[in-house]
Amino acid sequence: MQQAKDLKKYRQECQESLENDFLRSALDTFAVAYRTSRTNAFEGIDVNGLIDEVAGMKDDALTRLDELYDQFKKNAEAAGVTVHYAKDADDANAIISRIAKETDCQKIIKSKSMTAEETLLNHALEDEGLEVTESDLGEWIIQLRHEGPSHMVMPAIHLSRFQVRDLFSDVTGSEQTEDIEKLVKVARRELRQKFAEADMGITGANFAVANSGAIGLVTNEGNARLVTTLPRVHIALMGIDKLVPSIEDALKILKVLTRNATGQPITSYVTWVTGANECEIGADHKKDIHFVMLDNGRREMAKDPLFSQVFRCVRCGACANVCPVYRLVGGHKMGHIYIGAIGLILTYFFHGPEKAKNLVQNCINCEACKDICAGGIDLPRLIKGVQARIQDEQGHPLPSLLLSKILKNRKLFHTLLRTAKWAQKPVAGDDGFMRHLPMMFFKEHDFKALPTIADKPFRDLWPEIKPQIDNPRFKVGLFSGCVQDFVYPEQMQAAVELFADNDVDMSFPMKQSCCGLPVQMMGEMKASRDVALQNLRAFEKEDVDYIITLCASCASHLKHNYPVLLEDDPKLKEKVDLFTAKVIDMSSFVHDVLKVSADDFDGDGKKTTFHAPCHLCRGLGVHDAPRNLMRTAGMDYREAAEEEVCCGFGGTYSAKFPELSQQLLNKKLDNVEATGAEMLLTDCPGCVMQLRGGLKKRDSQIEVKHTIEALSERRKKKQ
Amino acid sequence: MTQATKIDQKQQTITELFIEKARAAAAFVTEVATYEEAVNYSIDLCGKQGACRLKVSGCEEHLSPDAEGLCETKQEKIIAAPALDEDDYKLLFDTSTANGFSCIKSGMRSQLAGVDIGFSYADIGIAETGTLVLNCPSEELRIATMVCEYHICILRKSQIVADAFDAAERLDSYMQNAPNYTAFITGPSRTADIERVLTIGVHGPLELHILLLED
Repeated sequence: MQQAKDLKKYRQECQESLENDFLRSALDTFAVAYRTSRTNAFEGIDVNGLIDEVAGMKDDALTRLDELYDQFKKNAEAAGVTVHYAKDADDANAIISRIAKETDCQKIIKSKSMTAEETLLNHALEDEGLEVTESDLGEWIIQLRHEGPSHMVMPAIHLSRFQVRDLFSDVTGSEQTEDIEKLVKVARRELRQKFAEADMGITGANFAVANSGAIGLVTNEGNARLVTTLPRVHIALMGIDKLVPSIEDALKILKVLTRNATGQPITSYVTWVTGANECEIGADHKKDIHFVMLDNGRREMAKDPLFSQVFRCVRCGACANVCPVYRLVGGHKMGHIYIGAIGLILTYFFHGPEKAKNLVQNCINCEACKDICAGGIDLPRLIKGVQARIQDEQGHPLPSLLLSKILKNRKLFHTLLRTAKWAQKPVAGDDGFMRHLPMMFFKEHDFKALPTIADKPFRDLWPEIKPQIDNPRFKVGLFSGCVQDFVYPEQMQAAVELFADNDVDMSFPMKQSCCGLPVQMMGEMKASRDVALQNLRAFEKEDVDYIITLCASCASHLKHNYPVLLEDDPKLKEKVDLFTAKVIDMSSFVHDVLKVSADDFDGDGKKTTFHAPCHLCRGLGVHDAPRNLMRTAGMDYREAAEEEVCCGFGGTYSAKFPELSQQLLNKKLDNVEATGAEMLLTDCPGCVMQLRGGLKKRDSQIEVKHTIEALSERRKKKQ
Repeated sequence: MTQATKIDQKQQTITELFIEKARAAAAFVTEVATYEEAVNYSIDLCGKQGACRLKVSGCEEHLSPDAEGLCETKQEKIIAAPALDEDDYKLLFDTSTANGFSCIKSGMRSQLAGVDIGFSYADIGIAETGTLVLNCPSEELRIATMVCEYHICILRKSQIVADAFDAAERLDSYMQNAPNYTAFITGPSRTADIERVLTIGVHGPLELHILLLED
């Protein structure tokens, strides 16, 4: 459970996780294995079609939440269940304690429920003197250790068999071994005894089916079947977001839920309970059943135009499974109670801004979660949305205020960048890297060499190098982004040369500025919008077929975020649509539009590997173009392990969480070095900065280049 | 090809898929021609295969005195079959007792230590995932299929459908007939909660045996 007071403390806690070798290796193995099993589980299924269906159904359900609730309540009550509405966590806990008292229950057996974790139900019941036992193995283990879950589906993934052995030795009062199979059998027998004596069973629910009043429970262990069968009283606690219209809708969710959660086609057990079932020890041989429907901030979320999509969450936990930061620090640092990307968002609504304020900053914006979400939720955007809200509520931190002020004034921003060139003189080396870091402030950044600002930015070079194209095949506008303009103008130059040889006429509108992603990453939405408008204006008079950028992050931000940033002004819509339709990344342009062939290049068979920038492979959905281009240009492309996993740059993220950035970089570089490549290519100047700096620190001989440089160097020159 | 043969072929394909997927979920699948064969299979599993034991799994471990106490309440080798019709039950009962096993159809609440074999029918089979659907409002049946060490479940081939959506109408009719309790069962009880190591039999059956019955 993450509840650091400030960012400094939070960073310290993350550092402690980094030092936990067991956690690190457990999460590494899981991250890699998960991807394979998920792919296998979805074989032959149109995953995106299914996700769209689930999202559409959930969105529709949300528009008639009250109607579904009334219908569910009516049907459940007609079948002998009592339905309660709880406005918040305390209310839910009070209702459940009261039922326990009224029905004279002392011993409670539970199956896994994230909603009960959310309300801290066990604590509340124990305060009332009730004995509560979790029956899901992982939940029982963490309950005995007085911890919260570290994953929504695998709550004890952070613990080793040795820790469980010691724990079970205590519980049974008898020496245990670390044999997992034996430990599981011990739990089977110890918990069977608890089942036998329990008066009350408490479950969550994965589905609340409105047209029958049934609930559905998804488990592998089968404990929910025993919890709902043996005790004489059953309480199911669930969020109102679990309401679905019919069994068909529930089956749709089920189809994606288990596959996305653990890569299983289905769990061992799915249990459907409708009404007061037979129970030999109950009054009239009927079970006493209560459904407690929890709001706790859900309705507020439902009313919000941005955050209502959170209702699509089916609690599969996949957003944690693929999160590179979760993989480093684990669930206790990547969530308060709910974990992973969705956890960062839910924490704000369920547990308040104080619990969420540090967490939401720990998103590297790699979009891996968005790519895999069972409900198609735009998680990175919502995380930034929460961050922006908290800043609006609690005040903006100085650096982000400053940067947004500066960015709003392009001339000032560019003057500052030019001035930085002179400021760095005393520490700049001849090799394009800072020789040593000028400020104490950067000491955690020592894991990578930082580049120097170029002598002449691209915008000053452009008037000298602009080629004359007589019979152009295409007319394109170049969008450089800050890094290529001021740090790596040679990457832009390489593009200009290759494009010119392919009869592409180019323009470079001087009024373009930073794309705005850095300020958006800091939660400065207003500044982000201002910059977007500037860039839109800079390009609106250009008569071009394409707007090309060599930076995957800029491209994806221009294409996907500008429409959202500027949607408040309907007059701009046409212009925005025109602009975004023209935006294309370099690799796609060269591969799909110019359609270059092997004849255009002199290949040299150089051993080359690739890093796929997050915003290229996920942001823009571009996978094949750069890899095909490497082969076309005669390089010996060798695929690295986990090529599409983040390098740890994340723009301003690497300055905020340098320790985590470094770990991600190390993992990336290990994979790169393992290929035996002499050259590493990527399609993003930020990634180049991160990767080049990291390899320099390792004294590695591997060259890092932007893909365009490698292509341009190998082209058969016409001019 | 006649309409009837086409349907037969389709059902055959679905059945093959069911077998493949159920096995992938670690269930044992065997085809039986008659109910009698299913009974003999069970007696063989209980006896020759050694499934029936006085001490149920986990009771050989070092347990707390309470858990140990519950273990000791099991004194017989037991087959539990609460939801059979009279004829079916009689055959199972006679064969079991002839072979020295106890056969029961009620009183499951006094058998929470565990029974050796839970014997039942399934109502639907779902091929896509190898899933059995048990419509089990009967408490005895629910307990028997959970506290057994081995669950033997007969599924009539004609009751296999391609996917869960093909079963939706029947599921809905069960639920509209409240109170109702319906279970999807796919393979044995499993967990991966310790170090993600897949382990079988945490709360429910250690093995699931599906007997596909011709009909």
